[in-house]
Amino acid sequence: MAIDRPLTERIRPGGEGAAIAAYEKAGGYEALRKALAGMTPQEVTKLVTESNLRGRGGAGFPTGPKWSFVPMGSDAPRPKYLVANADEMEPGTFKDRLLMEEDPHQLIEGMLLAAYAIKADVAYIFLRWEYRLAERRLHRAIAEAVEAGYLGRNILGSGWDLDMFVHISAGRYMCGEETGLLNALEGKRATPRAKPPFPQVSGLWGKPTIVQNVETLCNVPHIIARGAAWYRGLSRSEDSGTKLFGASGKVARPGLWELPMGTTIREILEEHAGGMRDGLRFRGLLPGGASTDFLVEEHLDVKMDFASIARAGSRLGTGTMIVLDDRTCPVGMVQNLEEFFAQESCGWCTPCREGLPWTARLLEAIEEGQGRPEDLERLSVHCKLLGPGNTFCALAPGAVEPLQSALKYFREDFEAHIRQNRCPRRSG
Amino acid sequence: MLSHREIEQIEHELAIVPRRSGACIEALRAVQRHRGWISDEAVRDIARFLEMSPDEVDSVATFYNLIYRKPVGRHVILICNSVSCWIMGYEGIRKAIGEKLGIGLGETTKDGCFTLLPNPCLGTCDTAPALMIDEDLHRDLTPGKIDGILERYR
Repeated sequence: MAIDRPLTERIRPGGEGAAIAAYEKAGGYEALRKALAGMTPQEVTKLVTESNLRGRGGAGFPTGPKWSFVPMGSDAPRPKYLVANADEMEPGTFKDRLLMEEDPHQLIEGMLLAAYAIKADVAYIFLRWEYRLAERRLHRAIAEAVEAGYLGRNILGSGWDLDMFVHISAGRYMCGEETGLLNALEGKRATPRAKPPFPQVSGLWGKPTIVQNVETLCNVPHIIARGAAWYRGLSRSEDSGTKLFGASGKVARPGLWELPMGTTIREILEEHAGGMRDGLRFRGLLPGGASTDFLVEEHLDVKMDFASIARAGSRLGTGTMIVLDDRTCPVGMVQNLEEFFAQESCGWCTPCREGLPWTARLLEAIEEGQGRPEDLERLSVHCKLLGPGNTFCALAPGAVEPLQSALKYFREDFEAHIRQNRCPRRSG
Repeated sequence: MLSHREIEQIEHELAIVPRRSGACIEALRAVQRHRGWISDEAVRDIARFLEMSPDEVDSVATFYNLIYRKPVGRHVILICNSVSCWIMGYEGIRKAIGEKLGIGLGETTKDGCFTLLPNPCLGTCDTAPALMIDEDLHRDLTPGKIDGILERYR
């Protein structure tokens, strides 16, 4: 049987989160056996590079090349760390939750393979506190993996050791930022670090560290088991593999689906999400979480992959789209987004700390009917001042993506608010 | 003074970090589990134990939204106010809670039963709007369901 959705094929509705016996029976931990018995760490990295796997957490960085920056050999600094970024906090994103709740061993095997590729000594799962069920299932799965000899000392007789721990976060969006996450793991405030040095060379406790999104890691066992050509063939575009795509907002059937990379927005919205709810019209969407630019009707036939979405002027991000309907106010929606980003700014650098609250207050004024015509220009200026190159990390540049695109595509809504001194969609 | 139980839980974390300050977040979490919130006294207790200054501990405590530097009620309601829940009716849910309990965001009921806090995206956007009460996730909410849900925690 051809396997076309490797990440979710073992997941059954109402499943209790695949215990180790079920996981092994379905071929689980075979990729780990294969790698430890017959592949060098460099060969694992090479295969992942050839698969063209790119990060599923939002930035889309090529995974294999990232691993190749880690110092190897007997004189490499130790211990080395592998961290699974399970701090799924991008608003509108709910994909890693499923993978951890329903198939925790898949993540653990992916982490083992990534850790082997860089010869890590310690692995962490950085998990947000709110994912209580995921925490219970991950703890149980780690205990099972230790018991079975997949974790701990001399794994499967290879002479290689790996310990795995779960770190439960105490909140804040900034923990999802790679270097903010590392500071949080060190018990500090989750402010970003200057790069370089990059974490691959100097990360957790100053040691070589790879931070990788949950979904990215879940792809690795399948690539090792079935090869790079197979993995590339799963896709309908230049980016390989499948992707967990989601839709939330007022669509008929909100949900999450594993589909080929390069599936069009239209197919996801119409066939899988069932179109809009009765009586509502589609106006636009954020393709991959809160920090991606709006796309609109003219983009419905764009493929969901890194390059195609970038050409359309947005980012694939996390691949979980948030849909705007014609009865929801786009100004109110952007106000909600900017209030989130203003609140979550860590305060480390000035443009973000000062600029985002200012932006949120301007939007609030417009939504409350107190906007002035010059406010739109002021918002546009902020989009540039807070954009790439002016801030320490990607939070503020991400925050202005939905704003700059809303000003472009929903200009008439902003202008109507200012002209009528009220939100036209609000009654009374 | 930290209790034996608190120290035991912090020691667990100390075993895997190369510096004592590395256990700061876990220490705050452990103390909060036992005392409900992090008082100035708790900050000083943790600082002494981890060989940090109280200000350093406080800077960490005040950074994280799930560490409470003020007393909270017996049950903490974390209501998702992020974009998907906002589209799907967060405002109506917040109002229903406000009417039922007489509290707004950041407030605690007079009987000390509930504290209501806004929380970033709970990662269950296909079943929005959503909230958590303590460790329980409640999804697909409507204002009409709020009464019955809150009653279970009385």
